[in-house]
Amino acid sequence: MVLTNSSKKQNEPKISRLSAKLKRLRRYPTTLIGFSIVILFLLVAVLGPWIAPYKYTDQNLAMRLQPPSESHIFGTDQFGRDIFSRVLVGSRDVLVVAGSGTSLAIFFGMLVGLFSAYRGGLFDEIVMRIMDVILSIPPLLLAMVILFSLGPSRLNVIIVVGFLYIPMVARVVRSVVLELKTRQFVEAARLRGESSLYILFNEILPNVLPHLAVEASMRFSYSIFLVASLGFLGLGVQPPSPDWGLMVGDARTWFHQARWVLFFPAGAIALLVVGVGFMSDGLRRMLLPGGVSDV
Amino acid sequence: MAGYILKRLVFIFITLLLASIIIFSITQFLPGDVARIILGQFATDTAIENLREELGLNRALHIQYIDWAGNFVRGDWGNSLTSKLPVRPMVMARLSNSAMLAGMALLIYVPLGIILGVIAALKRDKWPDHLISGISMAFVGLPEFVSGLLLIAFLAIGLQWFPANSSINPDSTFLEALPFLILPAITVSLTGLGYIARMTRSGTIDVLRNDYVRAADLKGLPAWQVLIRHTLRNSLLPTVTVVAMGIGWLMGGLIVTETVYGYPGLGRLLVYAIQRQDLPLIQAGSMIIVAIYSFSNLAADILYGMLNPRIRVGK
Repeated sequence: MVLTNSSKKQNEPKISRLSAKLKRLRRYPTTLIGFSIVILFLLVAVLGPWIAPYKYTDQNLAMRLQPPSESHIFGTDQFGRDIFSRVLVGSRDVLVVAGSGTSLAIFFGMLVGLFSAYRGGLFDEIVMRIMDVILSIPPLLLAMVILFSLGPSRLNVIIVVGFLYIPMVARVVRSVVLELKTRQFVEAARLRGESSLYILFNEILPNVLPHLAVEASMRFSYSIFLVASLGFLGLGVQPPSPDWGLMVGDARTWFHQARWVLFFPAGAIALLVVGVGFMSDGLRRMLLPGGVSDV
Repeated sequence: MAGYILKRLVFIFITLLLASIIIFSITQFLPGDVARIILGQFATDTAIENLREELGLNRALHIQYIDWAGNFVRGDWGNSLTSKLPVRPMVMARLSNSAMLAGMALLIYVPLGIILGVIAALKRDKWPDHLISGISMAFVGLPEFVSGLLLIAFLAIGLQWFPANSSINPDSTFLEALPFLILPAITVSLTGLGYIARMTRSGTIDVLRNDYVRAADLKGLPAWQVLIRHTLRNSLLPTVTVVAMGIGWLMGGLIVTETVYGYPGLGRLLVYAIQRQDLPLIQAGSMIIVAIYSFSNLAADILYGMLNPRIRVGK
């Protein structure tokens, strides 16, 4: 009884802080919209293959380029495939590819940033200059050139996205760590005789996490952008995969006579990108109040 | 300042050197053999061996690199593998086309972005601000091929206001190209607009908080004078940086936009070169884009330092 009481008391400020955050959220309707869109797409990605009325590869040449109807609510494409099913299944593709790429970039970027800032000196200087060189090549260009020599495939796209965004994540993490390093709790841990690794992962890392979460959501939206663009250029995921960028690329040939071939995959990309953008902005407001875009 | 610029120039030189090594070595991992790409798959082994010898492909990689880099600096960028024409005039012609498109886009999105950003700042947290912020956030993340194709579907095919295809003669003059530039320029602008509007908004809000703005307001100056003479002069500082950086960023965005519209710029040339595995074209085109990217970032930093004497970057 006493226990529950005291834990209740401890929880109270947390709850009021949470409700304060939620109240602030209501001032920014875009954040709510963003989170709802992202959750919707996650659900579609998980359930897509079960909801889809047809298999995404099922061709029916008698039914090619049919406008939206009861049996094909998004219409059919140039092979008579059901566009609704392809868009549904494709959501898994884009989320998995962009999501894995982002996770790779966040993980390695975090390690680079942490160690570079913590070690400092020449090591830091060299590592950051290498990052600057990677940053001095436009990401899409570098992705195109790398995929051109690795060959286009889903795994290669993930690797490329993961590699390309390491420098940006590393920069953010590094600047946060540099600031944290001078704080007293880090000094205290050092005086206690804790090891560097302990200080890095137990004292510093937890304070980097909010920045990392915001960075991850931003990188995620960039990754979707990049993955879709690569698919469109024919350098990303290959047919017959229902990749949205690829579908839009194919649609270029057909949308003069059948607009729905373009509208639905393009609309799906637009909706997801907008949703992730809104979500990322909201995350920044909640986790890093007082940041640049909060003014 | 001079020391700072010098330091940055040295860094750009190192960057270009490393980038050229990266680009050169990546393109060496080609799936196919260059000689086989040129001669086609039915060529005899002796013919391929002879061509490899002739092109110097049998030499050690670092020798090939030094040779390539040396020629590149001297202005000899080799011949295209597909068209057999010299690469440099081709790249330069396409570059000027891309510059026309980029210039057109800048003319659209910079003034518009600044106006929207100022409105959002003045109506902070009211509905115009939410509307402008929401729209610019939405457009910033929209891939150019999505917005481009949707614009074609509505404005070119639907309303027939603009041509749907911009695959003009690569040697067209600006006036000839103008009608074909508008839709691609709008496409590129949608992304840039959001950045400019956001930077202007936060810059303006920061400045509006200052006492000197209050003072100007309280001494009875008309609102437009307070805004233009006392606020915007300072609040547009971060915007200037974004505009300069945007020139490099535009080069990346143009790759997709030019492909969507079939516009004969450097971006489309590069996509074409990659599809045809045309090595010299890929290498030269990439190096030019990297160089523009680096120099426009430098220009952004220098401009920022010049306009804002409080911050001398790099110290």
